[in-house]
Amino acid sequence: MTILYSLSAVEIGQHFYWTLGEYHVHGQVLINTWIVFSLMLLLAISTTRSLQALPIGNQNLIEFFVEYIRDIAKTQVGQEFRQWVPFLGTLFLFIFISNWSGALIPWKVIELPNGELGAPTNDINTTVALALMTSTAYFYAGLRKKGLGYFGKYIEPTPILLPINVLEDFTKPLSLSFRLFGNILADELVVAVLVSLVPLVIPVPLILLGLFTSAIQALIFATLAGAYIGEALHGH
Amino acid sequence: MNPLICAASVIGAGLAIGLGAIGPGIGQGTAAGQAVEAIARQPESESKIRGTLLLSLAFMEALTIYGLVVALALLFANPFVS
Repeated sequence: MTILYSLSAVEIGQHFYWTLGEYHVHGQVLINTWIVFSLMLLLAISTTRSLQALPIGNQNLIEFFVEYIRDIAKTQVGQEFRQWVPFLGTLFLFIFISNWSGALIPWKVIELPNGELGAPTNDINTTVALALMTSTAYFYAGLRKKGLGYFGKYIEPTPILLPINVLEDFTKPLSLSFRLFGNILADELVVAVLVSLVPLVIPVPLILLGLFTSAIQALIFATLAGAYIGEALHGH
Repeated sequence: MNPLICAASVIGAGLAIGLGAIGPGIGQGTAAGQAVEAIARQPESESKIRGTLLLSLAFMEALTIYGLVVALALLFANPFVS
């Protein structure tokens, strides 16, 4: 029983620091990110190694993913969706696999000197990076489509709204990153607290709920990124 | 470590979640009620309504999550306790 308790100890703000030059890096997040990368690579390579015109086996799975992501991109970005499919797909798959890996893989088995392994998205640095990437992407999309005329959207519909329009560019990545970070951390915390109270059976429905919400969060992140890009391309 | 700051942080953390849950709670209730009504009226479009409902529920839930982030910052990474 005590092993179970020690497995569920709640640790927040504890990190496994690596020092790179002058910077302190959260090592456990990097390790997890690399694991997620390799999982994604493994999935992609193993399913597309011998492509058939009539898909068999795992090729069905990857084609389902691709069609799903294309669908999201098409509904959110609009006509020029094709070049944004890789970006949105990467966001979706990375967030989805990291969220689920945090819940499904028993990371506690692996001991770290300090901090613990978990979903990479439960560290705010990861989600802020993803959100800033999204910001860069929609600025790039707007600037490439409309040139400097893109900034004309700041004084639409009236110049009085200029501060609010500028503020929007800051609140977008803020809300994107906080939403993802908070949801994933909240899921893990709820499970950890419940496991420390009742280690058996009772937390399982909540783990399932966590799996559900983290899948929805991945979908929302990709959808919103697509919507922002579409907005930059077409105006309101 | 100032005990007053600690006590205020704990109370603030509780209030951040408790008050932050009121608005999204009302909103989610309204949205879910309207969705049930819509499904009752047009059962054939249930899957589409469900998808939209889940997406919008997650948006509303994000508001409470902001409160949670603030509460967690107060409890575990409080900038005022040094």
